[in-house]
Amino acid sequence: MTWDQGLHRTTTVLNGERGTRELTYLEAIRAALRFEMQRDARVLVMGEDIGVYGGAFKVTQGLIEEFGEDRVIDTPMTELAMLYAAIGMSFEGFRPVVEMQFADFISTGFDAIVQFAATNHFRWRQPVPITVRAPGGGGLRAGPFHSQSNEAWFVHTPGLKVVAPATPADAYGLLLSAIRDPNPVIYYETKYLYRSLKGLVPDGDAPVPIGQAVVRRSGEELSIIAYGAMVQEALSAATVLEQEGHSIEVIDLRTLKPLDEVAILATARKTGKVLIVHEANRTCGVGGEVAAIIAEQAFEYLDAPITRLAAPDTPVPYSPPLEDAYRPNAAKILAAARELLAY
Amino acid sequence: MNEIDDDLLQRAHYWMRLTRALDDRGTFLHKQSKIVGGYFSQIGHEAISVAAALSLGPHDIIAPMHRDLGAYLVRGLTPRRILAQWLGRETGVTRGRDANLHGMGDLSLGIIGFISHLPASTGVIAGVAHAIKLKGEPRVAMCFFGDGSASQGLAHEAMNWASVFKLPMVIICENNQYAYSTPLRRQMAIEHIAQRAAGYGMPGVIVDGNDFVAVYRAAREAVERARAGGGPTFIECKTMRMRGHAIHDNMAYVPKELLAEWEARDPIARIEEVLRARGLLDDATLAALLARIEAELDEAQTFAEASPYPDPATLTDGVYA
Repeated sequence: MTWDQGLHRTTTVLNGERGTRELTYLEAIRAALRFEMQRDARVLVMGEDIGVYGGAFKVTQGLIEEFGEDRVIDTPMTELAMLYAAIGMSFEGFRPVVEMQFADFISTGFDAIVQFAATNHFRWRQPVPITVRAPGGGGLRAGPFHSQSNEAWFVHTPGLKVVAPATPADAYGLLLSAIRDPNPVIYYETKYLYRSLKGLVPDGDAPVPIGQAVVRRSGEELSIIAYGAMVQEALSAATVLEQEGHSIEVIDLRTLKPLDEVAILATARKTGKVLIVHEANRTCGVGGEVAAIIAEQAFEYLDAPITRLAAPDTPVPYSPPLEDAYRPNAAKILAAARELLAY
Repeated sequence: MNEIDDDLLQRAHYWMRLTRALDDRGTFLHKQSKIVGGYFSQIGHEAISVAAALSLGPHDIIAPMHRDLGAYLVRGLTPRRILAQWLGRETGVTRGRDANLHGMGDLSLGIIGFISHLPASTGVIAGVAHAIKLKGEPRVAMCFFGDGSASQGLAHEAMNWASVFKLPMVIICENNQYAYSTPLRRQMAIEHIAQRAAGYGMPGVIVDGNDFVAVYRAAREAVERARAGGGPTFIECKTMRMRGHAIHDNMAYVPKELLAEWEARDPIARIEEVLRARGLLDDATLAALLARIEAELDEAQTFAEASPYPDPATLTDGVYA
């Protein structure tokens, strides 16, 4: 199997999503790019190998044929200049969508995002409407530099918005919103779901608002708060627990900055037990912030310690048993949830 | 071609004198503890910033740095707004959000506000130039950076980008020989920064940065080339930083002879020699010009000092658009 064929032999088909067509997570991203490029001539995409080759994962396949090389720009291998150029293009009225190929590579373009793009409106009131697509996450046996979940770098930075869709419908709707947002938005798409997750996606203009979490499954005894690839793992665990007679709520954060405090507090107050799950490393991860929000504002509702399940503070390993030990999954969520339920 | 007519010379002289006077005013206000934080003098850079800015048309875009006070003024940023910025007032360009000349962007004047990570401007301007090319407009984007920035990766990435896409971009590199305390020989192992231009496939021009006429001719030629679709040009302007990195820096690390040598090549004295030779300037007209500039700056300072500080209640305003 190669990157562009996908590494998954199985594809989960989502139930319960609303839409008119069944697309994989990857196809939903492509559909959003196409729709927005057709709708708005200011939108252009750029990145390494995204044009003629169609992208390392083939997300942008076909776009250069449809929109031409002026709007689907194959760039030199230079993330930093690419991101800075996107900022400059935005000053001229364009709405660039930059593909990072792998979220890991965003580090070489870090300055452009956290120093320039994030501060610009605060400093001289000029918006920077750029979208940075960051294919993140592990589970593909891709090693330390093709598997990272580095969203916390940007969640910490004022002036940015960070989204992390977990379903094809959200991948579609959040990308539309990200492109239309006047602020720089970091869009974490999860490689693991590219071809392993399929679901109904709305046609046409169906943006998902930035800043709103969603209840993926309603329950009474325990809340699992997750985002990205961990949402499906949490839902799998919840299904097992349901069969065992438990009532589990699963919250998909969808947006990591700004966090939907209302939804986070509502579920904590409702169930009194919270398990936060993410694929990123534990220390100073998004989960820590979610836990703090609950501890500060819903402490008296809690029946058990707020619990985090995250990757340990190591780089992402390559070998299957090591990566499996590293990465949270349904089985680990199940174990942590059982412990909390028994508390 | 690119003849320097009398009118242009006289306009340039006014802007260079205004730049120097505003810089002196800034130093004075800093001594009075009225300037918030540090102060960065640009003395010695007047010819470069004024000539480069004057070489552009009204719809072109620039990304100046902190020693390009002249460029900000030529583009239309008023001494009022600049002084209010230095004093941290609500009426300053960034409403008290950013320091000194940092961040003083105003796209209505075609100015991009830089960040302290200086070669950032090269990347942003590459994007502006890219956009201009995509739109097919006859406009030019110009950035400014120094010898220190030339060592940074982004400067190289952006120059490469500009050449690969053959963008209407002009790069003004102000080689003032010191990046903070680091001398040129610690910055690079080649003699001229402009030698690097060949590696990106663009012309690399070297000019005397203290000679308005030389800088203007080079910039004008590069601008015309860019406007005609000829791609980017790199212009290295040789000059000297006549004050410390910032006002707190007594630059004991700079040999006195070197400073004396450049003092004798002061850019304002140079342009005034040309003006006098053409019969366009005498002691009386110079005195009148300086008086006019002082009055202009007095009025601006009064405005800035009378302006309120930003309301702390507005602290979080503007983080998001």
